[in-house]
Amino acid sequence: MPRFHEDPQILNEKAVEILKGLTAKEKITPKDRMDIPVQKPAVLDPLQRSKWQDEVEKTFTPAQAVVESNRCLQCKIPNCVKGCPVNINIPGFLAAAAKGEFAEAVAVIKQSSLLPAICGRVCPQERQCQENCTMGKKHDPVSIGKVERFLADWDITNNTAPMETAPDTGHKVAVIGSGPAGLVVAADCRRAGHEVHVFEALHKLGGVLRYGIPEFRLPKAVVDSQIDSLRKMGVHFHTDYLVGRTRKLEDMMKEDGFEAAFIGVGAGLPIFMGIPGEDLIGVCSANEYLTRANLMGCIYPGINDTPMYRSKKVVVLGGGNVAMDSCRMAKRLGAEEVTVLYRRSRNEMPARREEVQHAFEEGIHFCFLQNACEVHGDDKGRVKSVTVQRYELGEPDQSGRRSPVKIEGDTYELECDTIIVAIGNKSNPLLTGATPGLDVNKKGNIIVNEETGETSIPGVFAGGDIVLGAATVILAMGEGRRAARGINELLAKK
Amino acid sequence: MDLTSIIGEAAPRQGHKVLFKEFLSENVVRMRIEAALIAKERRPGQFIIIQTDVNYGERVPLTIADANTEEGSITIVFQTVGKTTEELSHFEVGDYIPVVTGPLGRPTHIEKFGKVVAVGGGIGLAPLYPIIQGLKAAGNHVTVIAGARNKGLLIMEDEMRAIADEYIAVTDDGSYGRKALVTEPLKEICENDKPDMVIAIGPPIMMKFCASTTKPYGVYTLVSLNTIMIDGTGMCGCCRVTIDGKIKFVCVDGPEFDAHLVDFDNMLKRMGAFREQETEAREHTCRFRKALKEMQEAEN
Repeated sequence: MPRFHEDPQILNEKAVEILKGLTAKEKITPKDRMDIPVQKPAVLDPLQRSKWQDEVEKTFTPAQAVVESNRCLQCKIPNCVKGCPVNINIPGFLAAAAKGEFAEAVAVIKQSSLLPAICGRVCPQERQCQENCTMGKKHDPVSIGKVERFLADWDITNNTAPMETAPDTGHKVAVIGSGPAGLVVAADCRRAGHEVHVFEALHKLGGVLRYGIPEFRLPKAVVDSQIDSLRKMGVHFHTDYLVGRTRKLEDMMKEDGFEAAFIGVGAGLPIFMGIPGEDLIGVCSANEYLTRANLMGCIYPGINDTPMYRSKKVVVLGGGNVAMDSCRMAKRLGAEEVTVLYRRSRNEMPARREEVQHAFEEGIHFCFLQNACEVHGDDKGRVKSVTVQRYELGEPDQSGRRSPVKIEGDTYELECDTIIVAIGNKSNPLLTGATPGLDVNKKGNIIVNEETGETSIPGVFAGGDIVLGAATVILAMGEGRRAARGINELLAKK
Repeated sequence: MDLTSIIGEAAPRQGHKVLFKEFLSENVVRMRIEAALIAKERRPGQFIIIQTDVNYGERVPLTIADANTEEGSITIVFQTVGKTTEELSHFEVGDYIPVVTGPLGRPTHIEKFGKVVAVGGGIGLAPLYPIIQGLKAAGNHVTVIAGARNKGLLIMEDEMRAIADEYIAVTDDGSYGRKALVTEPLKEICENDKPDMVIAIGPPIMMKFCASTTKPYGVYTLVSLNTIMIDGTGMCGCCRVTIDGKIKFVCVDGPEFDAHLVDFDNMLKRMGAFREQETEAREHTCRFRKALKEMQEAEN
């Protein structure tokens, strides 16, 4: 039986009580709204969940969602919308949800975001919509993301009708990569009536949503349902199809009848630290660790074939979402001690606040202002310890964050058997290298027209991490929307 | 009685059909599989990744030994060394392999070098074959040194002999050809008639010693590395090796590298990263297969 922080039933009963109070009123004043306590979803008990793959946070109950939506003040100038990378009409959907009109609320979200069940779970809301929330100035901001998630989940269970599509135009669009950017382009182009084919290099769809983000943060059933809804709209999916290798993009455009293509292959080339001992057995990229666990099924030991590191003492390098996913996964796969080394302080951590909080609760050790500088191995070439260098915060750097400065001579040894490097990704040169005429910048990211997302090759668009460098799911989706608009405008002229 | 509604229409089979299968030796299998797009795009030196189960199978890289664009097929030759290759050896003609991705890796750089020595050890002879074809077509004089533990494991002799200018067979136990390691004839050639290029494919330890054999003579030597991989597209970095002090990914930067720059000792260690788990999995599969066989025999 799952145990929770707070009893879900009591949480719901409290919401129902508030709701009764609200419905008794003739008019709900802003004062009333401010008095409503922020709604908290049921959260699995940390001790228990750190051994499970189950999703940590549950979805709001309908009563909780309605109550939370009623906390929105419906500001005349909605600052929350400005904070959203895809400018969802947030007061719009909250107003509908506040009245319990969930179908309408979902429709409002879907005008701007096609994958709300995913965004509601993985967006860093505290630095986007909720950062600007007026309510948040004096009280807790409205939990916009959690309401969005509730609505999306409600939509999955209650509304099985596929999204409407325009009559077939006869134009063919190739989408390369089935990650967040690609899925958005597929949906938008299919809605415009084009024939859409998505090509995925791996054996399963979803890109980073599949191989990277773990089950306990984004259940794969959610990803599957979003992909299924695209299938129902008529989008074609091809797995094990590595564009650039299985078939050249040029041939697809010239011989296979594709009139437009979208490149959304992500930033898949892990960066390593470049420190001595990094080639020892037990040092791996977060990509490798999470791919083994999520995509290759190492979270189901005994059934899957791909081996996993048998780790007891794990060190994770980095402070982003990927680092959080890695450390929490290591704990779930049986590690006794998991330590995160981050060379800045907690305030500078780019990870979603909730994930850091959850990691703390699950018993992950955090060492701030520290970083690995050398890895040591035993005679079999396996990791046995790491030398850790201490830092202090100096002047702000280009990113505006205070940059860490080494404290000379202040080091210590940390025993460990596994080191997971989660310090980011470079752009993968596989497709760009195999596509002559495709302009990339020094970092290998594809250069696009800022208005349309079109690349140096006419008819070929790009977006997501391969353009941005490593970023977030929602930014990739925003990029996808832009490119889809570009593609649809281009094809409308044909 | 009409059971169509219950049986339904047969769903189209997912995957790649096995068109031909034969055992080259007790544990070496040659298989031709349907893969039209890969057959068209592949070049010598490239590999594919296969999975025997789409949900729980592991991704295993196998080098493409040959391709037929007319039939739309590729040929793979593999030795049953782990769980997946063991499973794969039980696929029969008409079965479908669920996942075949490729071609991966950079193709061999082929040009007219002049005199080339191609060294193949054991299963490494299979990936060597298309490279020899390419080298020969580019106008090179090709000497093949084929090595194996014993006569039974010395594969593809007829095919090699048909295209190579010279063919030297060596076995560890002397059951066929010379009783020697591949490095012996290689050293003699380097001494007597220095080649312009050497390519060596085989077990890592063989490649390591080929590299140290040719190094004193300054002969440009290529090796094709077969490290542990997952995605095979550069995403995970599991296959990384140290080349001239720098990290390189075998899947996207290789699989072929200048042998004199490879840190073989580190690579050999890294290839054993999951030996414990691999052995357990293999034993488990073999026990399962054995039990299955016994059950079937008992039923008959």
